[in-house]
Amino acid sequence: MPQSILIADATAMHRALTRIAHEIAERNEDSSQVALVGVQRGGVYLAQRLSLLLAAIWDHSVPVGSLDVGMHRDDLDNQLAPKIHPTVIPFDITGKTVVLVDDVLYSGRTTRAALDALNDFGRARRIQLAILIDRGHRELPIKADFVGKNVPTSLNEKINVRLKESDGEDVVCLEKK
Amino acid sequence: MNWNRKHLLDIQSLTPEEITVVLDTAKAFKAVGERVIKKVPALRGKTVINLFIEPSTRTRISFELAALRLTADVINFTAEASSLKKGETLKDTARNLEALNADIIIIRHSATGAPHFLSRFLNASVINAGDGAHEHPTQALLDTFTIREKKGKVAGLNVTILGDVLYSRVARSNIWALTKLGARVTLCGPSTLVPRVFEQMGCRVTYNVEEAIADADIINLLRIQHERQRKTMFPSIGEYSTLFGLSKARLAKTKPDVLIMHPGPINRGVEIDSEIADCGRSVILEQVTNGLAVRMAVLFLVNGGKGPQEIAE
Repeated sequence: MPQSILIADATAMHRALTRIAHEIAERNEDSSQVALVGVQRGGVYLAQRLSLLLAAIWDHSVPVGSLDVGMHRDDLDNQLAPKIHPTVIPFDITGKTVVLVDDVLYSGRTTRAALDALNDFGRARRIQLAILIDRGHRELPIKADFVGKNVPTSLNEKINVRLKESDGEDVVCLEKK
Repeated sequence: MNWNRKHLLDIQSLTPEEITVVLDTAKAFKAVGERVIKKVPALRGKTVINLFIEPSTRTRISFELAALRLTADVINFTAEASSLKKGETLKDTARNLEALNADIIIIRHSATGAPHFLSRFLNASVINAGDGAHEHPTQALLDTFTIREKKGKVAGLNVTILGDVLYSRVARSNIWALTKLGARVTLCGPSTLVPRVFEQMGCRVTYNVEEAIADADIINLLRIQHERQRKTMFPSIGEYSTLFGLSKARLAKTKPDVLIMHPGPINRGVEIDSEIADCGRSVILEQVTNGLAVRMAVLFLVNGGKGPQEIAE
Protein backbone atom coordinates (compact mmCIF):
# COMPACT_ATOMS: atom_id res chain seq x y z
CA MET A 1 0.00 0.00 0.00
CA PRO A 2 1.41 3.43 -0.91
CA GLN A 3 1.66 5.60 2.19
CA SER A 4 1.30 9.36 2.04
CA ILE A 5 2.76 11.77 4.61
CA LEU A 6 1.77 15.44 4.57
CA ILE A 7 4.83 17.68 4.16
CA ALA A 8 3.14 21.04 3.65
CA ASP A 9 -0.42 22.28 3.38
CA ALA A 10 -1.62 25.43 1.61
CA THR A 11 -0.71 27.74 4.52
CA ALA A 12 2.77 26.28 4.91
CA MET A 13 3.32 26.50 1.17
CA HIS A 14 2.29 30.14 1.08
CA ARG A 15 4.53 30.94 4.05
CA ALA A 16 7.50 29.26 2.38
CA LEU A 17 6.94 31.16 -0.85
CA THR A 18 6.57 34.46 1.02
CA ARG A 19 9.86 33.82 2.79
CA ILE A 20 11.58 32.91 -0.49
CA ALA A 21 10.27 36.15 -2.03
CA HIS A 22 11.76 38.15 0.84
CA GLU A 23 15.05 36.31 0.55
CA ILE A 24 15.17 37.04 -3.19
CA ALA A 25 14.46 40.71 -2.42
CA GLU A 26 17.16 40.77 0.24
CA ARG A 27 19.76 39.16 -2.02
CA ASN A 28 19.06 41.35 -5.06
CA GLU A 29 19.34 45.06 -4.36
CA ASP A 30 18.75 46.13 -7.96
CA SER A 31 15.18 44.86 -8.24
CA SER A 32 14.77 46.23 -11.79
CA GLN A 33 17.20 43.61 -13.11
CA VAL A 34 15.50 40.56 -11.60
CA ALA A 35 13.41 38.18 -13.75
CA LEU A 36 11.84 34.84 -12.86
CA VAL A 37 11.82 31.73 -15.03
CA GLY A 38 9.75 28.74 -13.98
CA VAL A 39 10.65 25.22 -15.08
CA GLN A 40 7.70 23.42 -16.71
CA ARG A 41 5.37 22.46 -15.26
CA GLY A 42 5.15 23.04 -11.50
CA GLY A 43 7.89 25.67 -11.47
CA VAL A 44 5.92 27.91 -13.82
CA TYR A 45 3.04 28.35 -11.36
CA LEU A 46 5.43 28.91 -8.47
CA ALA A 47 7.34 31.52 -10.51
CA GLN A 48 4.08 33.35 -11.24
CA ARG A 49 3.23 33.39 -7.52
CA LEU A 50 6.72 34.60 -6.58
CA SER A 51 6.40 37.32 -9.21
CA LEU A 52 3.23 38.62 -7.52
CA LEU A 53 4.81 38.42 -4.05
CA LEU A 54 7.91 40.26 -5.25
CA ALA A 55 5.80 42.89 -7.02
CA ALA A 56 4.17 43.64 -3.66
CA ILE A 57 7.57 43.97 -1.96
CA TRP A 58 9.25 46.04 -4.68
CA ASP A 59 6.22 47.98 -5.85
CA HIS A 60 6.83 47.19 -9.52
CA SER A 61 6.06 44.21 -11.71
CA VAL A 62 8.61 41.41 -12.07
CA PRO A 63 8.86 39.67 -15.46
CA VAL A 64 8.19 35.94 -15.48
CA GLY A 65 8.82 33.30 -18.13
CA SER A 66 8.43 29.56 -18.53
CA LEU A 67 11.05 27.05 -19.63
CA ASP A 68 10.69 23.49 -20.84
CA VAL A 69 13.88 21.46 -20.50
CA GLY A 70 12.70 18.40 -22.48
CA MET A 71 14.95 19.10 -25.46
CA HIS A 72 18.01 19.52 -23.22
CA ARG A 73 17.69 16.42 -21.03
CA ASP A 74 20.61 14.01 -20.75
CA ASP A 75 18.41 10.91 -20.60
CA LEU A 76 16.59 11.18 -23.94
CA ASP A 77 18.19 7.95 -25.16
CA ASN A 78 16.23 4.76 -24.73
CA GLN A 79 13.30 6.60 -23.22
CA LEU A 80 10.00 7.64 -24.68
CA ALA A 81 10.14 11.26 -25.75
CA PRO A 82 8.88 13.54 -22.97
CA LYS A 83 5.90 15.80 -23.49
CA ILE A 84 7.15 19.25 -24.43
CA HIS A 85 5.40 22.23 -22.88
CA PRO A 86 5.74 25.80 -24.13
CA THR A 87 8.88 27.79 -23.47
CA VAL A 88 7.96 31.47 -23.28
CA ILE A 89 10.58 33.98 -22.16
CA PRO A 90 9.09 37.37 -23.05
CA PHE A 91 12.15 39.40 -22.06
CA ASP A 92 15.84 39.55 -22.90
CA ILE A 93 17.75 37.72 -20.17
CA THR A 94 21.10 39.26 -21.15
CA GLY A 95 22.45 41.21 -18.20
CA LYS A 96 19.55 40.17 -15.95
CA THR A 97 19.56 38.24 -12.70
CA VAL A 98 17.43 35.24 -13.54
CA VAL A 99 15.86 33.32 -10.68
CA LEU A 100 15.14 29.81 -11.90
CA VAL A 101 12.14 28.36 -10.08
CA ASP A 102 11.23 24.68 -9.73
CA ASP A 103 9.03 22.68 -7.40
CA VAL A 104 11.38 19.83 -6.41
CA LEU A 105 15.18 19.61 -6.48
CA TYR A 106 16.34 15.99 -6.64
CA SER A 107 19.22 14.73 -8.85
CA GLY A 108 19.93 18.23 -10.18
CA ARG A 109 19.71 17.02 -13.78
CA THR A 110 16.63 19.07 -14.58
CA THR A 111 18.42 22.17 -13.28
CA ARG A 112 21.48 21.31 -15.39
CA ALA A 113 19.23 21.03 -18.45
CA ALA A 114 17.52 24.31 -17.53
CA LEU A 115 20.86 26.11 -17.28
CA ASP A 116 21.75 24.84 -20.77
CA ALA A 117 18.37 25.77 -22.18
CA LEU A 118 18.57 29.25 -20.66
CA ASN A 119 21.96 29.78 -22.28
CA ASP A 120 20.30 29.77 -25.72
CA PHE A 121 18.30 32.85 -24.78
CA GLY A 122 21.25 35.05 -23.89
CA ARG A 123 23.87 35.60 -21.24
CA ALA A 124 22.30 36.28 -17.88
CA ARG A 125 24.30 38.40 -15.43
CA ARG A 126 23.73 35.69 -12.86
CA ILE A 127 21.36 32.79 -12.32
CA GLN A 128 19.93 31.87 -8.92
CA LEU A 129 17.87 28.82 -8.04
CA ALA A 130 14.66 28.84 -5.98
CA ILE A 131 13.14 25.50 -5.00
CA LEU A 132 10.01 24.66 -3.03
CA ILE A 133 11.20 21.24 -1.83
CA ASP A 134 14.80 20.02 -1.71
CA ARG A 135 14.70 16.26 -1.29
CA GLY A 136 18.44 15.55 -1.55
CA HIS A 137 20.20 12.81 -3.58
CA ARG A 138 22.09 15.18 -5.86
CA GLU A 139 23.94 13.61 -8.78
CA LEU A 140 25.49 16.86 -9.96
CA PRO A 141 27.21 19.74 -8.15
CA ILE A 142 24.10 21.92 -7.95
CA LYS A 143 22.79 23.78 -4.92
CA ALA A 144 19.68 25.89 -4.47
CA ASP A 145 19.97 29.54 -3.38
CA PHE A 146 16.46 29.66 -1.92
CA VAL A 147 14.74 26.62 -0.43
CA GLY A 148 11.16 26.38 0.82
CA LYS A 149 11.72 23.21 2.79
CA ASN A 150 14.41 20.56 3.07
CA VAL A 151 12.87 17.09 3.13
CA PRO A 152 15.23 14.15 3.69
CA THR A 153 13.96 11.26 1.59
CA SER A 154 14.95 7.78 0.62
CA LEU A 155 15.22 6.74 -3.02
CA ASN A 156 12.03 4.71 -2.96
CA GLU A 157 9.99 7.70 -1.88
CA LYS A 158 8.37 10.29 -4.10
CA ILE A 159 7.58 13.94 -3.46
CA ASN A 160 4.17 14.87 -4.83
CA VAL A 161 3.63 18.61 -5.20
CA ARG A 162 0.04 19.48 -6.05
CA LEU A 163 -0.72 23.08 -6.99
CA LYS A 164 -4.00 24.95 -7.14
CA GLU A 165 -3.42 26.02 -10.76
CA SER A 166 -3.02 22.47 -12.09
CA ASP A 167 -4.42 20.13 -9.44
CA GLY A 168 -7.01 22.23 -7.63
CA GLU A 169 -5.22 22.24 -4.25
CA ASP A 170 -1.95 23.34 -2.65
CA VAL A 171 -0.36 20.40 -0.89
CA VAL A 172 2.99 18.59 -0.72
CA CYS A 173 3.10 14.92 0.23
CA LEU A 174 5.82 12.34 0.69
CA GLU A 175 4.71 9.06 -0.84
CA LYS A 176 6.25 5.66 -0.29
CA LYS A 177 6.14 3.42 -3.35
CA MET B 1 -0.30 10.12 -23.81
CA ASN B 2 3.22 9.41 -25.11
CA TRP B 3 4.48 8.56 -28.57
CA ASN B 4 5.89 5.02 -28.56
CA ARG B 5 6.53 4.31 -32.22
CA LYS B 6 9.99 3.71 -33.51
CA HIS B 7 9.05 4.58 -37.09
CA LEU B 8 6.78 7.00 -38.92
CA LEU B 9 5.65 5.00 -41.95
CA ASP B 10 2.19 6.35 -42.71
CA ILE B 11 -0.74 8.31 -41.31
CA GLN B 12 -3.23 5.50 -41.87
CA SER B 13 -2.01 3.51 -38.86
CA LEU B 14 -1.84 6.49 -36.46
CA THR B 15 -4.52 7.25 -33.90
CA PRO B 16 -5.98 10.77 -33.63
CA GLU B 17 -4.17 11.06 -30.26
CA GLU B 18 -0.82 10.21 -31.84
CA ILE B 19 -1.36 12.84 -34.53
CA THR B 20 -2.16 15.36 -31.80
CA VAL B 21 1.06 14.49 -29.92
CA VAL B 22 3.07 15.28 -33.07
CA LEU B 23 1.24 18.58 -33.57
CA ASP B 24 1.70 19.62 -29.92
CA THR B 25 5.38 18.72 -30.01
CA ALA B 26 5.83 20.59 -33.29
CA LYS B 27 4.42 23.71 -31.67
CA ALA B 28 7.28 23.69 -29.16
CA PHE B 29 9.84 23.12 -31.91
CA LYS B 30 8.41 25.95 -33.98
CA ALA B 31 9.24 28.27 -31.09
CA VAL B 32 12.86 27.03 -31.19
CA GLY B 33 13.10 28.19 -34.81
CA GLU B 34 12.08 31.70 -33.78
CA ARG B 35 14.93 32.12 -31.31
CA VAL B 36 18.29 33.74 -31.95
CA ILE B 37 19.91 30.34 -31.31
CA LYS B 38 17.77 27.94 -33.32
CA LYS B 39 19.35 24.74 -32.15
CA VAL B 40 18.76 22.28 -29.31
CA PRO B 41 20.88 19.27 -28.31
CA ALA B 42 18.05 16.70 -28.32
CA LEU B 43 19.66 14.45 -30.99
CA ARG B 44 23.28 15.16 -30.13
CA GLY B 45 25.56 12.43 -31.45
CA LYS B 46 22.83 10.78 -33.55
CA THR B 47 23.32 10.03 -37.22
CA VAL B 48 20.46 10.77 -39.58
CA ILE B 49 20.57 9.59 -43.19
CA ASN B 50 18.48 11.14 -45.92
CA LEU B 51 17.99 8.24 -48.33
CA PHE B 52 16.33 9.92 -51.27
CA ILE B 53 15.93 7.45 -54.10
CA GLU B 54 13.51 9.80 -55.81
CA PRO B 55 14.51 13.42 -56.44
CA SER B 56 13.36 16.00 -53.93
CA THR B 57 14.68 19.36 -52.91
CA ARG B 58 12.29 20.91 -50.42
CA THR B 59 11.52 17.81 -48.36
CA ARG B 60 15.16 16.78 -48.23
CA ILE B 61 16.33 20.24 -47.21
CA SER B 62 13.57 20.47 -44.63
CA PHE B 63 14.53 17.13 -43.06
CA GLU B 64 18.21 18.01 -43.24
CA LEU B 65 17.73 21.35 -41.51
CA ALA B 66 15.40 19.75 -38.94
CA ALA B 67 18.07 17.17 -38.06
CA LEU B 68 20.79 19.83 -37.89
CA ARG B 69 18.69 21.97 -35.56
CA LEU B 70 18.43 18.96 -33.27
CA THR B 71 22.25 18.69 -33.34
CA ALA B 72 22.26 15.39 -35.25
CA ASP B 73 24.80 14.59 -37.96
CA VAL B 74 23.22 14.27 -41.40
CA ILE B 75 24.31 12.43 -44.52
CA ASN B 76 22.48 12.99 -47.79
CA PHE B 77 22.22 10.05 -50.12
CA THR B 78 20.70 10.49 -53.55
CA ALA B 79 19.99 7.89 -56.18
CA GLU B 80 21.99 9.63 -58.90
CA ALA B 81 25.22 9.39 -56.95
CA SER B 82 24.79 5.95 -55.45
CA SER B 83 25.49 2.28 -55.95
CA LEU B 84 21.84 1.78 -56.81
CA LYS B 85 22.95 2.87 -60.25
CA LYS B 86 25.46 0.02 -60.13
CA GLY B 87 22.79 -2.55 -59.41
CA GLU B 88 22.73 -2.66 -55.60
CA THR B 89 19.34 -3.53 -54.10
CA LEU B 90 17.51 -1.17 -51.76
CA LYS B 91 17.90 -3.71 -48.97
CA ASP B 92 21.68 -3.87 -49.40
CA THR B 93 21.94 -0.09 -49.61
CA ALA B 94 19.97 0.28 -46.39
CA ARG B 95 22.02 -2.42 -44.63
CA ASN B 96 25.22 -0.65 -45.65
CA LEU B 97 23.91 2.60 -44.21
CA GLU B 98 23.02 0.84 -41.01
CA ALA B 99 26.52 -0.65 -40.84
CA LEU B 100 27.62 2.97 -40.45
CA ASN B 101 25.49 3.04 -37.28
CA ALA B 102 22.78 5.27 -38.63
CA ASP B 103 20.11 5.96 -36.00
CA ILE B 104 17.37 7.34 -38.23
CA ILE B 105 16.88 6.70 -41.95
CA ILE B 106 14.57 9.03 -43.85
CA ILE B 107 13.51 7.45 -47.10
CA ARG B 108 11.84 8.72 -50.22
CA HIS B 109 11.18 6.11 -52.88
CA SER B 110 9.02 5.76 -55.97
CA ALA B 111 7.73 2.38 -54.76
CA THR B 112 4.79 2.16 -52.39
CA GLY B 113 5.75 0.43 -49.15
CA ALA B 114 9.53 0.95 -49.45
CA PRO B 115 9.74 2.49 -45.93
CA HIS B 116 7.64 -0.34 -44.46
CA PHE B 117 9.97 -2.84 -46.13
CA LEU B 118 13.05 -1.22 -44.59
CA SER B 119 11.44 -1.04 -41.15
CA ARG B 120 11.09 -4.82 -41.08
CA PHE B 121 14.82 -5.54 -40.98
CA LEU B 122 16.56 -2.34 -39.87
CA ASN B 123 17.38 -1.48 -36.28
CA ALA B 124 17.34 2.21 -37.18
CA SER B 125 14.16 4.26 -37.08
CA VAL B 126 12.58 4.72 -40.50
CA ILE B 127 10.71 7.86 -41.54
CA ASN B 128 8.66 7.89 -44.72
CA ALA B 129 9.39 11.03 -46.77
CA GLY B 130 7.09 9.91 -49.56
CA ASP B 131 6.60 6.45 -51.09
CA GLY B 132 5.21 6.47 -54.62
CA ALA B 133 1.61 7.64 -54.71
CA HIS B 134 0.96 6.04 -51.30
CA GLU B 135 1.75 8.40 -48.41
CA HIS B 136 3.75 11.46 -47.43
CA PRO B 137 3.07 11.58 -43.68
CA THR B 138 5.11 14.63 -42.70
CA GLN B 139 3.40 16.72 -45.41
CA ALA B 140 -0.02 15.79 -44.00
CA LEU B 141 1.19 16.55 -40.47
CA LEU B 142 2.49 19.97 -41.48
CA ASP B 143 -0.70 20.74 -43.40
CA THR B 144 -2.79 19.73 -40.39
CA PHE B 145 -0.49 21.75 -38.11
CA THR B 146 -0.95 24.83 -40.32
CA ILE B 147 -4.73 24.41 -40.34
CA ARG B 148 -4.87 23.98 -36.57
CA GLU B 149 -2.60 26.97 -36.02
CA LYS B 150 -4.63 29.24 -38.32
CA LYS B 151 -8.14 28.05 -37.50
CA GLY B 152 -7.61 26.95 -33.90
CA LYS B 153 -9.08 23.52 -34.62
CA VAL B 154 -9.40 20.85 -37.27
CA ALA B 155 -12.64 19.09 -36.34
CA GLY B 156 -15.69 20.31 -38.22
CA LEU B 157 -13.77 22.22 -40.90
CA ASN B 158 -14.42 21.76 -44.61
CA VAL B 159 -11.21 20.98 -46.46
CA THR B 160 -11.23 20.81 -50.24
CA ILE B 161 -8.37 19.07 -52.01
CA LEU B 162 -8.27 20.22 -55.60
CA GLY B 163 -6.21 18.70 -58.39
CA ASP B 164 -4.33 15.51 -59.11
CA VAL B 165 -5.54 13.27 -56.29
CA LEU B 166 -4.97 9.92 -57.99
CA TYR B 167 -1.19 10.25 -58.18
CA SER B 168 -0.84 12.24 -54.98
CA ARG B 169 0.59 10.77 -51.80
CA VAL B 170 0.00 14.18 -50.24
CA ALA B 171 -3.72 13.78 -50.87
CA ARG B 172 -3.87 10.30 -49.36
CA SER B 173 -1.97 11.24 -46.23
CA ASN B 174 -4.01 14.40 -45.85
CA ILE B 175 -7.29 12.52 -46.21
CA TRP B 176 -6.25 10.12 -43.44
CA ALA B 177 -5.04 12.85 -41.10
CA LEU B 178 -7.97 15.20 -41.65
CA THR B 179 -10.71 12.60 -41.37
CA LYS B 180 -9.11 11.13 -38.24
CA LEU B 181 -9.22 14.58 -36.66
CA GLY B 182 -12.84 15.12 -37.67
CA ALA B 183 -12.60 17.42 -40.71
CA ARG B 184 -14.86 16.96 -43.75
CA VAL B 185 -12.82 16.37 -46.90
CA THR B 186 -14.01 17.16 -50.43
CA LEU B 187 -12.01 16.07 -53.45
CA CYS B 188 -12.28 17.76 -56.82
CA GLY B 189 -10.46 17.61 -60.15
CA PRO B 190 -10.74 15.91 -63.54
CA SER B 191 -12.64 12.63 -63.20
CA THR B 192 -9.61 10.78 -64.54
CA LEU B 193 -7.56 12.07 -61.59
CA VAL B 194 -10.25 11.93 -58.89
CA PRO B 195 -11.92 8.53 -59.14
CA ARG B 196 -15.06 7.90 -57.09
CA VAL B 197 -13.26 5.12 -55.24
CA PHE B 198 -11.93 7.81 -52.88
CA GLU B 199 -15.43 8.03 -51.39
CA GLN B 200 -14.50 4.83 -49.57
CA MET B 201 -11.94 6.84 -47.57
CA GLY B 202 -14.79 8.97 -46.24
CA CYS B 203 -14.49 11.86 -48.70
CA ARG B 204 -16.98 13.70 -50.84
CA VAL B 205 -16.05 13.61 -54.53
CA THR B 206 -17.30 16.26 -56.92
CA TYR B 207 -16.30 17.43 -60.39
CA ASN B 208 -17.82 20.88 -60.01
CA VAL B 209 -15.17 23.31 -58.74
CA GLU B 210 -17.62 26.02 -57.70
CA GLU B 211 -19.49 23.51 -55.57
CA ALA B 212 -16.27 22.10 -54.13
CA ILE B 213 -14.92 25.45 -52.94
CA ALA B 214 -18.12 27.30 -51.94
CA ASP B 215 -18.17 26.08 -48.32
CA ALA B 216 -14.48 25.36 -47.97
CA ASP B 217 -12.55 26.64 -44.95
CA ILE B 218 -9.34 25.40 -46.57
CA ILE B 219 -8.49 24.82 -50.22
CA ASN B 220 -5.46 22.59 -50.66
CA LEU B 221 -4.21 22.75 -54.23
CA LEU B 222 -2.20 19.91 -55.69
CA ARG B 223 0.24 20.07 -58.54
CA ILE B 224 -0.28 17.92 -61.63
CA GLN B 225 2.27 15.16 -61.19
CA HIS B 226 3.43 14.86 -64.79
CA GLU B 227 6.26 12.58 -63.72
CA ARG B 228 3.86 10.00 -62.31
CA GLN B 229 1.28 9.92 -65.09
CA ARG B 230 1.61 7.13 -67.57
CA LYS B 231 -0.43 8.92 -70.19
CA THR B 232 -2.22 12.20 -70.48
CA MET B 233 -5.16 12.22 -68.10
CA PHE B 234 -6.70 15.44 -69.45
CA PRO B 235 -6.51 17.16 -72.85
CA SER B 236 -4.26 20.13 -72.07
CA ILE B 237 -2.77 22.24 -69.30
CA GLY B 238 -4.79 25.17 -70.64
CA GLU B 239 -8.02 23.27 -70.30
CA TYR B 240 -7.11 22.08 -66.80
CA SER B 241 -6.33 25.63 -65.77
CA THR B 242 -9.64 26.89 -67.15
CA LEU B 243 -11.75 24.14 -65.60
CA PHE B 244 -9.99 23.54 -62.29
CA GLY B 245 -7.40 26.27 -61.68
CA LEU B 246 -7.99 28.62 -58.75
CA SER B 247 -8.64 31.94 -60.48
CA LYS B 248 -9.51 35.29 -58.91
CA ALA B 249 -13.09 34.92 -60.14
CA ARG B 250 -13.40 31.56 -58.38
CA LEU B 251 -11.71 32.84 -55.22
CA ALA B 252 -14.28 35.65 -55.05
CA LYS B 253 -16.99 33.06 -54.52
CA THR B 254 -15.36 31.39 -51.52
CA LYS B 255 -15.60 32.11 -47.79
CA PRO B 256 -13.77 35.36 -46.95
CA ASP B 257 -11.51 33.59 -44.44
CA VAL B 258 -10.62 30.61 -46.63
CA LEU B 259 -7.01 29.42 -46.40
CA ILE B 260 -5.15 28.61 -49.61
CA MET B 261 -2.61 25.84 -49.19
CA HIS B 262 -0.22 24.11 -51.59
CA PRO B 263 2.48 21.54 -50.81
CA GLY B 264 4.74 23.03 -53.51
CA PRO B 265 6.32 23.36 -55.92
CA ILE B 266 3.60 25.57 -57.33
CA ASN B 267 2.95 25.96 -61.05
CA ARG B 268 1.85 29.58 -61.33
CA GLY B 269 -0.93 30.01 -63.84
CA VAL B 270 -1.81 26.29 -63.90
CA GLU B 271 -3.45 25.16 -60.64
CA ILE B 272 -3.20 28.57 -59.02
CA ASP B 273 -3.39 32.14 -60.29
CA SER B 274 -0.08 33.85 -59.67
CA GLU B 275 -1.58 36.69 -57.61
CA ILE B 276 -3.52 34.28 -55.40
CA ALA B 277 -0.30 32.45 -54.53
CA ASP B 278 1.02 35.69 -53.04
CA CYS B 279 -2.21 36.99 -51.46
CA GLY B 280 -3.00 37.26 -47.76
CA ARG B 281 -5.09 34.11 -47.72
CA SER B 282 -2.24 31.99 -49.02
CA VAL B 283 -0.26 30.20 -46.30
CA ILE B 284 2.06 28.41 -48.71
CA LEU B 285 5.26 29.81 -47.22
CA GLU B 286 4.05 29.26 -43.65
CA GLN B 287 3.61 25.61 -44.60
CA VAL B 288 7.34 25.52 -45.35
CA THR B 289 8.19 27.02 -41.94
CA ASN B 290 5.82 24.63 -40.21
CA GLY B 291 7.26 21.69 -42.16
CA LEU B 292 10.56 22.25 -40.44
CA ALA B 293 8.94 22.28 -36.99
CA VAL B 294 6.90 19.16 -37.72
CA ARG B 295 9.96 17.28 -38.99
CA MET B 296 11.94 18.26 -35.89
CA ALA B 297 9.07 16.90 -33.80
CA VAL B 298 8.95 13.64 -35.76
CA LEU B 299 12.71 13.10 -35.47
CA PHE B 300 12.54 13.85 -31.74
CA LEU B 301 9.60 11.49 -31.20
CA VAL B 302 10.84 8.49 -33.20
CA ASN B 303 14.21 8.77 -31.48
CA GLY B 304 12.40 8.26 -28.17
CA GLY B 305 10.09 5.61 -29.58
CA LYS B 306 12.65 2.89 -29.09
CA GLY B 307 12.65 3.13 -25.32
CA PRO B 308 10.92 0.67 -23.05
CA GLN B 309 9.75 3.04 -20.35
CA GLU B 310 8.15 6.35 -19.85
CA ILE B 311 10.44 9.19 -18.91
CA ALA B 312 10.35 10.15 -15.22
CA GLU B 313 8.84 13.54 -14.44
